[in-house]
Amino acid sequence: MKSFLHNLMLTVPGLVQEIHVQKNEGTIIVEPENVKEILTFLRDHTSCQYKLLIELCGADYPSKERRFEVVYELLSVSSNARIRVKTRVDEYKGVSSVTSIFSNAGWAEREAWDLYGIFFQDHPDLRRILTDYGFEGYPLRKDFPLSGFTEVRYDESNKRVIYEPLEMPQEFRSFDLQSPWNPLVHTEDKS
Amino acid sequence: MIQKELKNFTLNFGPQHPAAHGVLRLVLEMNGEVVDRADPHIGLLHRGTEKLIEYKTFMQALPYFDRLDYVSMMCQEHAYSLAIEKLLNAEVPLRGQYIRVLFSEITRLLNHLLALTTHAMDVGALTPFLWAFEERERLMEFYERVSGARLHAAYVRPGGVSQDLPHSLCEDIYQFAQSFGSRIDEMEELLTANRIWKQRLVNIGVVTRQEALDWGFTGVMLRGSGVEWDLRKSQPYDVYDRMDFDIPVGTRGDCYDRYLIRVEEMRQSLRIISQCLNQIPDGPFKTDDYKLSPPSRTDMKESMEALIHHFKLYTEGFHVPKGETYTSVEAPKGEFGVYLVSDGTNRPYRCKIRAPGFYHLQGLDFMSRYHMLADVVTIIGTQDIVFGEVDR
Repeated sequence: MKSFLHNLMLTVPGLVQEIHVQKNEGTIIVEPENVKEILTFLRDHTSCQYKLLIELCGADYPSKERRFEVVYELLSVSSNARIRVKTRVDEYKGVSSVTSIFSNAGWAEREAWDLYGIFFQDHPDLRRILTDYGFEGYPLRKDFPLSGFTEVRYDESNKRVIYEPLEMPQEFRSFDLQSPWNPLVHTEDKS
Repeated sequence: MIQKELKNFTLNFGPQHPAAHGVLRLVLEMNGEVVDRADPHIGLLHRGTEKLIEYKTFMQALPYFDRLDYVSMMCQEHAYSLAIEKLLNAEVPLRGQYIRVLFSEITRLLNHLLALTTHAMDVGALTPFLWAFEERERLMEFYERVSGARLHAAYVRPGGVSQDLPHSLCEDIYQFAQSFGSRIDEMEELLTANRIWKQRLVNIGVVTRQEALDWGFTGVMLRGSGVEWDLRKSQPYDVYDRMDFDIPVGTRGDCYDRYLIRVEEMRQSLRIISQCLNQIPDGPFKTDDYKLSPPSRTDMKESMEALIHHFKLYTEGFHVPKGETYTSVEAPKGEFGVYLVSDGTNRPYRCKIRAPGFYHLQGLDFMSRYHMLADVVTIIGTQDIVFGEVDR
């Protein structure tokens, strides 16, 4: 895996920023503007053939300068290999959509837009997908509270379901049961 | 002659429709009775599983996986447990691995029985449904005997399984596996050569190899289009590398091929089940590392150390070292994967669930284009959609 990633880094000079191998899973990190090139290369180059986009998702790291990570998980059926491509973006500047390379990125990008507010340029149909019609906010961001801001109930006088600001009879409790001592964890990596 | 302008008819299908397999809302653009465009609206069963998991310890997050695709419960627990074990470098005893594989295959039977027969019901054949649900009842009894729950088992845990197999369960599963082959035959007698069934399925929803890859199809949807790809063979986990089984592959990529593949997969599952029953060794069923799996009840009553471990596990939970992994299993519907990021605490930092149905449903638009309205129902059936996992 490591040698493959090294070769990849040499074949496409300047596009790949970092490579990591953890637990036999290879990850490459690229700049958002190079995502399309690198994914096309990984899909079409004879030594790669990553024809399947298995997963596309966002992740939120608020402490970082560019807080969002977009993760592309690719699979090559012919060589039985996987690779992960990551890019880092912020709230304002998005990443270009890869729907022209992998058709199934359409919904996955809609989901990342819906839950994180990551913008995908040139997406043909960037609507919300999982949340309710008319929902506001990006629920999977780390600064979005678990309880949300609104609650729904059926209103007898209006004869429909209405939204109301959230009222909690009891404060939201967060159980922090972490002990101050370092717990024993398995650390040695056998792979 | 005056040119009349024809406007397409927009039809709303669902969200409460018996053939929608749950809460699917489809906005169909119809040209007469022919579908021009299908726009699935999903999210009506969205429960925020991924957000909730971030607020739970690793162990508490496990039962959410039962509730994703609620007809293939243990396969999803399996994927999550494998992901945690990968991050922890934990090893599962051999007996535990066999039990997991055995129950993964039982789960596959459960799922395919439901998928095929509800599909048949949507197309108009009610009898297979009634017959198969009797068999599903027996399978869910195995679930109940091993975990106490018929559906949401929470049985596969990081480090093994939660309990050992109860006395004489293996014999009963063996008896079941012996007789189940002829149950499949009975179902096939009703469907495989049935004229109506073939008229409704052959050449409907054809997916080429290229399209299947492009749209991220996995599992039966990919194999139906002639791609020989099964994670149990290509990237075996647990003891699947010791099992001898075949991967059925389709040639035409239509709904009928996928039906035949599912039937054959059930037979292959029976093969794996009987191999598991023959080979299953004695020994521990979960890891004896008390930092990961709880000590037994009797130990807890007698040993102070065991009591402390038990208390710590069920309050603080175990800590997973910093890292990330994407781990997937061949769930009955396709590749079910978990992208798990841990920041070294006792809670997952990010847990993305890769549901096969999500990507299959996305393909509904191109699969149903220029088909009749009634064929949309067939295509939803062949995609084997369950909304628990699509909406998450």
